[in-house]
Amino acid sequence: MNDSQLIAVLASIVLQASPLIIAVCGEIMTERSGVVNLSLDGTMLMSAMTGFVVGLRTDNYWLGFLAAAVVGMIFAGIVALGSIRLGQSQVAIGFVLALLGDDLSAFLGQNYTRMSGAVVPKAGIPLLKDLPVVGPLFFDQNIVVYFAIVLVFVTWWWLNRTQAGLQLRGAGERPTAAFARGVNVNRVRYLYTILGGALVGIAGAAYSLNVKIGWSDGHVRGFGWIALAIVIFGGWSPIRGAFGALLFGATKALATVLQRAFPEVSVVAFNALPWLLMILVLLAVGSDYTERFITAMPHSWQRPLRRVLRVSPPMALGTAFHEG
Amino acid sequence: MNQTQSSGSGWVARVWPLVPIVAALLFTSALLLLFGASPAEAYRAMWDGSFGGSDKILGVIAFWVPLVLCSVGLLITFTAGLWNIGVEGQIVLGAIFASWVALRLSGPAWLLIPVEIGAAMLGGALWAALSAVLKTRGRVNEIFSGLALNGLAIILTNYLISGPWQPPEGGSFRGTAPFQDAALLPRLLESRFSPLSLVLAGLAFAAVFFILRGTTWGLKLKALGKNPASAYLLGVSSERETIMAMMFCGALAGLGGAVRVLSWFDSLRQSISGGIGFLALLIVMLAAYRILWVPFIAFFFSVVLNGSITLQLKTQLHSSLGGILTGVMVLFVLLFGSAKQLGIGGQASTGAGDAPEAIPPPPADTIAGDITPNVRGGD
Repeated sequence: MNDSQLIAVLASIVLQASPLIIAVCGEIMTERSGVVNLSLDGTMLMSAMTGFVVGLRTDNYWLGFLAAAVVGMIFAGIVALGSIRLGQSQVAIGFVLALLGDDLSAFLGQNYTRMSGAVVPKAGIPLLKDLPVVGPLFFDQNIVVYFAIVLVFVTWWWLNRTQAGLQLRGAGERPTAAFARGVNVNRVRYLYTILGGALVGIAGAAYSLNVKIGWSDGHVRGFGWIALAIVIFGGWSPIRGAFGALLFGATKALATVLQRAFPEVSVVAFNALPWLLMILVLLAVGSDYTERFITAMPHSWQRPLRRVLRVSPPMALGTAFHEG
Repeated sequence: MNQTQSSGSGWVARVWPLVPIVAALLFTSALLLLFGASPAEAYRAMWDGSFGGSDKILGVIAFWVPLVLCSVGLLITFTAGLWNIGVEGQIVLGAIFASWVALRLSGPAWLLIPVEIGAAMLGGALWAALSAVLKTRGRVNEIFSGLALNGLAIILTNYLISGPWQPPEGGSFRGTAPFQDAALLPRLLESRFSPLSLVLAGLAFAAVFFILRGTTWGLKLKALGKNPASAYLLGVSSERETIMAMMFCGALAGLGGAVRVLSWFDSLRQSISGGIGFLALLIVMLAAYRILWVPFIAFFFSVVLNGSITLQLKTQLHSSLGGILTGVMVLFVLLFGSAKQLGIGGQASTGAGDAPEAIPPPPADTIAGDITPNVRGGD
């Protein structure tokens, strides 16, 4: 493989990862405020279908993204309503929505399978795209990829450097303390669950309008669950989450490379890569053995290693908050 | 937490169990109208698909058996506070293990069938044990390990069908060659229903009923599910019970997989489970985790799902309508579990025993609970 081929492969990894990055950033906002939106798989199927169909009917991909975001907000709104207002299990509601979104997208999209519609055009950024290596990787893509890259930094900045982000984290870490400081915890949770849902919706359309163009039954099935796993692997940090998304984006490229190297191995075996990776990354950040490994290392290495290998969730994640 | 005991139930309580069904029917009717189909005709097609003839009714029962097997298995894992979403993959592994016996061994039916069933239960249990050990040793939440193992199980099936187990006339990606006659469960008339599978489901139902009502193990599982920290203090080994509960459910799911390959089909197919595991999860939620409701709700699901296949054949509408109908019902019950939460009837909440709306407290872990360093002792 020569240099230009390698760069083409790396650029495709960035492209493959872009919808995952968007979904992961959305779910991180939601979970950092204390709510688990487990419906991602169904939401992304519905929003991918909606985004594609609206894009096709209006011949305008912007409207496709808008409609997809609305779908994401509706699904997230149901999770928020059920868990905050009605006090029901977030996991149960999210899981049922994940299945329901799958069936609904299959039914509503049944007349639009295997058609061609609006796609996001490629738009290299002048000057920047001519930079060596980083140019083709990050600046010779299109608006969806740029949005994903910018979103990572905006999410990080919002969470860690703004007053609103402090309130968000307060709602997710210590809701009673945040409430005592005058934060309307449940309003914050509604806001970021629905905002996160909008981003998840955009991520679904980023598949059907850009990365995996078109619609078919179960078109983006599985990616929602992968995004949820990346949130954990990423330790609820958008920058680490983006690396996780790139890692999963790389599995597709890796499968292609491996297939060329081992033509005798069945094609289906390479489809196993993302699922194996999902188990491995969760094992890496969760297992007791990782902790033992860190403790066995020289003392000065332990802190940086722990930062890289261990994660801890927002303390109030998945719990209800009652005022007073 | 939602089980408000109240004597003055009134009309709201009596009508309440029907509301989710009506809401789901209204929702699917709206979808049908959107696609220019007549809801009345569609529902008649679904009814005919399930009850229009003895073969149809036997088909409903044949689909119902693995649903019951998986649902009662899931009652054990839910009781222990586990979200065994990997049940789908456990069905597939059961089917694969049974298929291995059916394809590779030969002998009389009275010997072959018990071996197939035993192998299937082992396969399901082992796949479930993987999820359990990943949870207890690796702190990987069972939802994620289960999903990954579901994906891997389907990939394994596709690999077997297109590779080592492909029929002699060449791989079609659809399934293996039909099994030998001695390997198949004896079926009633010309249907897909095997009376033996019904007996097995009855036994599984009775076993789970007694485990949860009258055994120490049942009590331990309840303690683990309700409060893992205090169960630990009382000497309940969370690791042992987690693995046992998962393997028990996996064995029943594997049995369900055997029923699928040995009586519903006659070979290992690409989509061998057909979503039965996910349906079973919905059934148990809709039954509000009460075993006596499970067979009836499972039967309703079987009617709807079988009917929607006929609907697709007759009207060309996608068969996912059945999944939408059941999904909306479950969502409705989860959201508005009791009438009180809707603000209807004020005090007039329903009694806990007579309506399918009593939702238990959410399982002990949150998604992230498993990866906190000191979850076992509590802090």
